[in-house]
Amino acid sequence: MTAAPIFATALVGVGGALGAVSRHAVGLRVEGRRSVLLVNALGSFALGAITAAPIGSTAALLLGVGFCGAFTTFSSFAVGTVRAASETGARAGAAVAASNIAAALPAFLLGSFLVAESFG
Amino acid sequence: MERTPYGFLLVAAGGFLGAVARHAVDVGAGAVLSGTPTGAGTLVANVAGSFALGLLLTRASSDRTFLFVGTGALSSFTTYSTFVADAVALGTPAGAWYVAVSYATGFAAAALGLAVGGRNPR
Repeated sequence: MTAAPIFATALVGVGGALGAVSRHAVGLRVEGRRSVLLVNALGSFALGAITAAPIGSTAALLLGVGFCGAFTTFSSFAVGTVRAASETGARAGAAVAASNIAAALPAFLLGSFLVAESFG
Repeated sequence: MERTPYGFLLVAAGGFLGAVARHAVDVGAGAVLSGTPTGAGTLVANVAGSFALGLLLTRASSDRTFLFVGTGALSSFTTYSTFVADAVALGTPAGAWYVAVSYATGFAAAALGLAVGGRNPR
């Protein structure tokens, strides 16, 4: 069963608001690019777990599309990478670009694996 | 401002709108392409949001504007976790290409936004 469009929108919006606030809270405690790396890795781990979990579309919209989608960010990552490259050099930019995918991709797969194992 | 309840409220309101807009783009892209996941909606949101954030960083007139539009809306409109999920769903080699194309267009868009915003300062 899929959620009605207006209900789906509300779920995504509420999840998005909570995800954004949580990301902001991390950003107040951890400095700039490291905070982006941290939320992207943590949020990808969580989304991997959610994707593998036997949950309905309601929880998937709220937690996956809304919360994890908004907790992690591509725009801050892209601007941070460009700024690192222009301020410190191409190698610094490449390090920011590589570290995010090197942390987030295994995190997503690990989250997915752990949940699949525990429900398998 | 950024540590006040009002600051958090601005981030929450922006986050609501950003996530809803991303979902709308995703549903729209799915309707156009129909069927198998392609990551097209996420790619469009990430590239457009990266350009807009670059522009905003050079033009934001106040902390309030930045918290609502930047930290709230644009950062939630774009996503890294769904981007990774889309890349995994595409498998190899398509997923690797998806990451490469997202990175190249996302960085170009962010650089363009910063350049356009910085060219004609307010």
